[in-house]
Amino acid sequence: MTQITLNTLSSEIKDMDAAYSASGGDAAVLHNHELASLVISGNKVLNANGIEGIVLEPQETEHGVDVKLTIKKGYKISLPVHLCFGLIPEDGLQEINMNFVAEEDSAVELVAHCTFPNAVKIIHRMEAQMHVGKNASLKYTETHFHGPHGGAQVIPKAHVKIEEGGSYFNNFSLISGRVGALEFDYDVDAEKDSVCEMITKVYGKKDDKIKIMEKVSLNGENARSVIKSRLAITEDAESEFKGITEGHAPRSRGHVDCLEVLQGNAKAEAIPIIRVDNPLAKVTHEAAIGCVDKKEVETLMARGLEEDDAIDTIVKGMLA
Amino acid sequence: MLSRDGKKILRGVNLEVGDREIHSIIGANGAGKSTLAYTLMGLQGYEHEEGSLIFNGEDISKLSITERAKKGITLAWQEPARFEGLRVRDYLAIGAKGNGGVTEEDLKEALRKVDLKPEKYLDREVGEALSGGERKRIELASIITMKPKLAILDEPDSGIDVVSLKEIVNLIQTFKENGSSVLVITHRKEIAAASDKASLMCEGVILRSGDPLEISEFFKNRCIPCDSRVSPPKAA
Repeated sequence: MTQITLNTLSSEIKDMDAAYSASGGDAAVLHNHELASLVISGNKVLNANGIEGIVLEPQETEHGVDVKLTIKKGYKISLPVHLCFGLIPEDGLQEINMNFVAEEDSAVELVAHCTFPNAVKIIHRMEAQMHVGKNASLKYTETHFHGPHGGAQVIPKAHVKIEEGGSYFNNFSLISGRVGALEFDYDVDAEKDSVCEMITKVYGKKDDKIKIMEKVSLNGENARSVIKSRLAITEDAESEFKGITEGHAPRSRGHVDCLEVLQGNAKAEAIPIIRVDNPLAKVTHEAAIGCVDKKEVETLMARGLEEDDAIDTIVKGMLA
Repeated sequence: MLSRDGKKILRGVNLEVGDREIHSIIGANGAGKSTLAYTLMGLQGYEHEEGSLIFNGEDISKLSITERAKKGITLAWQEPARFEGLRVRDYLAIGAKGNGGVTEEDLKEALRKVDLKPEKYLDREVGEALSGGERKRIELASIITMKPKLAILDEPDSGIDVVSLKEIVNLIQTFKENGSSVLVITHRKEIAAASDKASLMCEGVILRSGDPLEISEFFKNRCIPCDSRVSPPKAA
C-alpha cells in the first residue's frame, strides 16, 4: 500500500533538500516514490511516502509532528526508509513524537537526518517509543547536521522495547557543526534472546554541553547488549556520559564501552554503571578519558602529517 | 647523547648509514636500540642533547617529526598504533601524500607485498578486529606507499610468525631496490644476514660495526653470556 501526502511548499522543500544534502544525505531519495520517506520541516510534513509493508501516519501539531510508523508483520523492507527532520530558520521549536513499531518477523532500517543549518536559538525535542516485535529487526541511524553557531538544544528521548528474538541497532551521530546543548536519553528493555547495540558519536566544540544517558535492562534469558560511546570534546566544551546496563536474567550479557578524547579546556565525565541481580548474568564495562594517543599522533607525523592534521585524522577516524 | 631522569641512555653512538644500504642494529633487550630509532625520528622525549644528526648533508637535529618525515625519514614501530576507525586504505594513503599520492593499484600492491589480500583488508579498520601481526604488516605497507629515503624499522618481525620471516627479509630488500636506505633493529640473524652492514649496540653504545655475520656471531657468542650491565662497556 502506498500513502502519499505532499504539500507544495516548494521553497521549503528546496531548503530542506539542500540541508539534507549538506548533512550527507542524498536528497533524491526523498522524492523517489519507490522508497519510503518522510520529510518534516518545523511542524510541516513536506513529504510522506509509505510503501507496501509500511504504514506511515504523520500528524501535524502546534510545534511539530506526531509520527506513527508501522512495519507490518513479516515484511522485510529491503531498502532503507529515509527520514528528514529539521528547522531552517534561526530560531524555533520542533517537537517530534515518534511511535515506531516493527511487528513480528519484520525487518527495517530507518535512516534519519536531522538538520539545523542556521540554528541560533532552536529547540529540537524528540520523544520516541519504539517497539521491536518478536524476531523483528529495527535499525535506526540518526545523523545530525548543525551550522556553526551552536544555537540548538537537542533533546532526543526514547524508550525501546525489544521482544523475544528481536534486534535493535541504534547509531546516533552528531559530528558536523556545533550543537550547543545535547541531552540524549535512551532506555531499552531487552527480552529473551534479543540483541541491542547502541552507538553514539558526538563532537563537542566551543562551549557545547553534551549529556549522554543510555540504559539497557537485560530482562530476558540470553539477552545481549552493547553500549558504545565515542566522544571528542574540545575547547571549552563539557560532556557527561552515563551508560547503565542491568543484567536481570540468566545468561544475559552486556557491555558498556566509553572512550572520550579531550583537548583544550574541555571537561569530561564518564560513569559506566553495571548492575546484576542474577548470578548467571554477566555485565562488563570499560571507560577511558584522555588526550589523543601520542603514538598514533607521532606515527602519522612520521608519515608527513602536521601535528594538528594528525590529531584531526585520529579524531575523525574515531567518530567515523 | 640522550639522558632521562639523570641516566644516560645513548652515550656513544657513532653510526653512518649509506645510500640504499640495509644496516642492522643488533643488541640485547635494553641496549638502547629502540631509543636510537626514536631519537633519529625526533619523537617527543627523545631529543638528543649532544652530538649531531646529519641526513643527506643537512643537520636535522632540530627538526620536528613532520619535518624529518618530509625530508624522507620514517619509522615503523615495534608495536604499531591501533587507530580506531581509520580505514587501512586511508592510512596507507597518508604517507603517499608527500610523493604525489597513490592509485588504487598502489594500495593493493602494498598490501600484497606484506602478504595481505587487498580485497579483505583495504576497507577494514586498522585498529579493531586486526591481530598484532596484521597491524604490523599494515604498518610496513604504509612504509611501502610512502617510499622514504630512510626507513627505520624497529623489529619488523615481532608479532609475525617465523614462517613469514623470509617475506620480511624480501620486503627489506624491496625497500632497498626502491631506493630506500633501511636501518633495521632486530634480534634475528636471518634479517641481519640480509643486511649490508650491522652494528652492535650495548648499554647505549655502538660497540662495533661491520660485516653482519661477524657482528651476529659476536653477539651470540660474546654478548648473550656477558655481564656488561654490571660493567658497562666504553664506546669504540
